[in-house]
Amino acid sequence: MDSRQLYQEMILEHNKKPRNWGMLGDATHKAEGLNPLCGDHIHLSLKLNGDQVEAVGFEGEACAICKASASMMTVAVKGKSKADAEQMVQEFRDMTTGKLDTAGPHHLGRLTVFSGVSELPTRVKCAILPWHTLHAAFAGSDTASTE
Amino acid sequence: MSARDKLATPLDVVALRRDFPILSLKIKDKPLIFLDNAASSQMPQAVIDRWVKYRSAQHANIHRAVHYLSETATAEYEKARLKVQAFINAKESRECIFTSGTTDGINLVAQGYGRKFFKAGDEIILTTLEHHSNIVPWQMVADERGAKIRVVPINDRGELLVEDYRKLFNANTKFVAMTHVSNALGTITPVREMIAIAHEHGVPVLVDGAQAAPHLKVDVQDLDCDFYAFSGHKLCGPTGIGVLYGKAALLEKMQPFKGGGDMILSVTFEKTTYAPIPAKFEAGTPPIGEAITLGAAIDYLTAIGIERIAAHETDLLDYATDQLNRMPGVRLIGTAEKKAAVLSFALDGVHPHDVGSLLNDDGVAIRTGHHCAQPVMQRFKVPATSRASFAFYNTMDEVDALVASIGRVQKLFA
Repeated sequence: MDSRQLYQEMILEHNKKPRNWGMLGDATHKAEGLNPLCGDHIHLSLKLNGDQVEAVGFEGEACAICKASASMMTVAVKGKSKADAEQMVQEFRDMTTGKLDTAGPHHLGRLTVFSGVSELPTRVKCAILPWHTLHAAFAGSDTASTE
Repeated sequence: MSARDKLATPLDVVALRRDFPILSLKIKDKPLIFLDNAASSQMPQAVIDRWVKYRSAQHANIHRAVHYLSETATAEYEKARLKVQAFINAKESRECIFTSGTTDGINLVAQGYGRKFFKAGDEIILTTLEHHSNIVPWQMVADERGAKIRVVPINDRGELLVEDYRKLFNANTKFVAMTHVSNALGTITPVREMIAIAHEHGVPVLVDGAQAAPHLKVDVQDLDCDFYAFSGHKLCGPTGIGVLYGKAALLEKMQPFKGGGDMILSVTFEKTTYAPIPAKFEAGTPPIGEAITLGAAIDYLTAIGIERIAAHETDLLDYATDQLNRMPGVRLIGTAEKKAAVLSFALDGVHPHDVGSLLNDDGVAIRTGHHCAQPVMQRFKVPATSRASFAFYNTMDEVDALVASIGRVQKLFA
């Protein structure tokens, strides 16, 4: 497939106007995500209230796929429980590596706009990086890398 | 034909392109536009044929057996060394060591020279323009020996500041390692002048010629460099082969980089006597077919003429630079007065990785990323760039296709 098909309106728009941009002043969890080969570099901060993601913010320097994925991820996980968010991490990973049938049941909603990335092996890491970073933040480790 | 007549005759690029089977490939139903030549250039049929001939009629291990094939392979391997010698105008063929590539050659010197001669407090001068392969080997030996790395800065055009370089020298300076052409920016460095400065201080110089050898006439005696390293696969040759040139006197006093067969005169468990150069630095069975095929690539390029190649590539670079300068939102990274065929650029609001993917949709192959030159990226405060790099088989039409494709990316992200 052409990568152009991946650059849909929603992705381009989130790239241009990322949601939840900026680090939280009162974060309880933080992590940094890095793709050394292509240079995607993001910082993610979370505020957990008990088990619930109360607030989430990110910033960094990344390609459109990575940035839009991070932006849409923050929207999707805000207000979710940690377990539900981790479920989405797993599903997103499965989707972008071609292991999830998006026609079946899942919790990804509009995030399926990234399903095409599974056919662009060089871009899978870009889309997944924010999710690995979220997982690292939950786990209390500081850094995530897709390498 | 004299050199001048030859230069006056422009390349027949359309005919030359027919020598390269890969250039007729289609990518997503669009003609391949290969502009990633600084990473690796393509192989013409004559060079592919040489590889096949070696594999199908000449292969055996060299320097050992007395049978026909071994003798043939040995003769062809040594003939390739003579071609390398002529290509870079080395004084003697034994000064040309076959390596696996530029990285291997630099490591050979860092280990073979540095480990033997560097001591605590010594200083090694590198430049901001270096590829990681001309940084990390020196850091490794510097860490081990307690030596220090000093770095020559660049200006906003990506040119080395020679006066600052001059000031870096002191009694502790023991070595200079610098690139001839920057892989990330295309800058051609004033290597001859900088070598002369180092020699005023009695300091030897290694030149990373990976990007220069395919595009400039290299004359190691004229440069008076002490070491010169380059790779086969950027010269229309195969991967896995490269050359390290070193002045015989220096190579002779260095310690071997790797131990093994073929690099010895005699071995007992008490003592080993090393073979004379170049064998001393070619332990183990070398990439024989690759060396022979590199010889064929050198023949191919020499027949065209490096000067004519350089002239055509300069045309391409000038035209592409002019076209990109006209595009709003495009910033060229690296605008040195003297440049080889590399065009690094940034698009406002578009990450290079997106540029690379979208250009690929149009069949345009460029490189995106930090180009293994993170200090250069840091200097220009960019995480990465998009880089188009030209070879003599590229055309003005391909530059137009690059420009059109960049325009489409800008439209998508507008």
